[in-house]
Amino acid sequence: MFRNQYDTDVTTWSPQGRLFQVEYAMEAVKQGSACVGLRSRTHAVLAAANKAASELSSHQRKVFRVAEHAGVALAGLTADGRVLSRFLRSECINHSFVYESPLPVSRLALRLADKAQVCTQRSWKRPYGVGLLVAGLDETGAHLYYNCPSGNYFEYQAFAIGSRSQAAKTFLERRFEKYNDYTPEQLIKDALSAIKETLQGEKLTSSNCTVAIVGRKDDGTMEPFETIDAKRIQEIIDSMEAAEEAPTEPSAMQQEEEGTDAAAPMDI
Amino acid sequence: MASDTGASYGSTLRYKSVERIKAVGKHSLIGASGEFSDFQEILRYLDELTLSDHMWDDGNSLGPKEIHSYLTRVMYNRRNKFDPLWNSLVLGGVKKGPKGEEKYLGMVSMIGTHFEENHIATGFGNHLAIPILRAEWREDMTFEEAVKLVEKCLLVLLYRDRSSINKFQIAKITTEGATIYPPYSLKTYWGFSHFENPAQGAVGSW
Repeated sequence: MFRNQYDTDVTTWSPQGRLFQVEYAMEAVKQGSACVGLRSRTHAVLAAANKAASELSSHQRKVFRVAEHAGVALAGLTADGRVLSRFLRSECINHSFVYESPLPVSRLALRLADKAQVCTQRSWKRPYGVGLLVAGLDETGAHLYYNCPSGNYFEYQAFAIGSRSQAAKTFLERRFEKYNDYTPEQLIKDALSAIKETLQGEKLTSSNCTVAIVGRKDDGTMEPFETIDAKRIQEIIDSMEAAEEAPTEPSAMQQEEEGTDAAAPMDI
Repeated sequence: MASDTGASYGSTLRYKSVERIKAVGKHSLIGASGEFSDFQEILRYLDELTLSDHMWDDGNSLGPKEIHSYLTRVMYNRRNKFDPLWNSLVLGGVKKGPKGEEKYLGMVSMIGTHFEENHIATGFGNHLAIPILRAEWREDMTFEEAVKLVEKCLLVLLYRDRSSINKFQIAKITTEGATIYPPYSLKTYWGFSHFENPAQGAVGSW
């Protein structure tokens, strides 16, 4: 994308019918570190690759609980994300106060999208520079939405955003058709594998990723939106690596095709 | 749910064919006592709610619990402004939840008091019908048994509440939907010997 004479204001159209400022805002999302979301019929999982400003600092918080039944993972300008999370929390609380029941996820995603759209149509505002993966559970099942700075939102079975997310998307594209029937554990493993794709060689540990899950068990009880603790994540990562190392030479080819193994000696 | 079909204007029985129980959305029934015009206003609010729900067309629908909570907020807020909606509302409904069919029955008063119970009554019903229901209600009643029990209460109220009339409506809500039955009357008995020659035992001024 290059500078042109139509990109100064968000309220200026280009002759091709584009709003460049909105597109530049979506670029900000691509600069953030990766986030991944996937869902089955009953559970939704969000995972984020943690990035720390320096070795001395703690990492940026990218996964936020919005209500008992919903949460978000964000990529881009984290400050914008924090403010939007606060908005989402307030919408959920207001709905619960009046109706004593959780705000359906599709309506939550719509309110967020409408808020983002306002910023694309006011000359004194700028678009939010953050993309959010909204995951939640309501009476129609588990849902995953992607809200982007343009004010558009779509429902997904699985999606990835942020830097190097294309690697994760490729991984998910191969497997998403089975996700509706996946168990929560399988979803978490696939989320971790997708995040691993975005790390490009760096070792996946519980300190450089965050995973959260929300869902409903078979007996009808709800598992509220919760970040899985680091110890459990490390256990899952270790079990995934053990499963990869177990097969012998002939199936090394198989593993490459599945794309889950990034530790082959030739890869740097 | 059952009610009579009378609406009074002070001590005048002004309207005798008034439907005081209405269906709300797919899952609930609302019944009201008190100021009928305020009930019509509440029905308008609920119409707006159910309409926007319907327009969403996303598989989510308002259940009796949500409507009960909404009405509580409305009634309580009006009372705080010293401008109440002068009604006692009874909210009943059935909705399929993750743990199976969930039945709901609750009430909201004009000052915002609200609760959920297995038997609800308004006005004189609180004094005359609730004791009967507490004695004879069971969890596993059939529809016919329930109607008989409710008719027992209605009869007592007909005899003893001077603002009631002998024209009743029964309403039923199940997961299949709401049914409001046409009005009918109950048989009353006035042949008590005490009613014959009522002045017989009267002596002096009282």
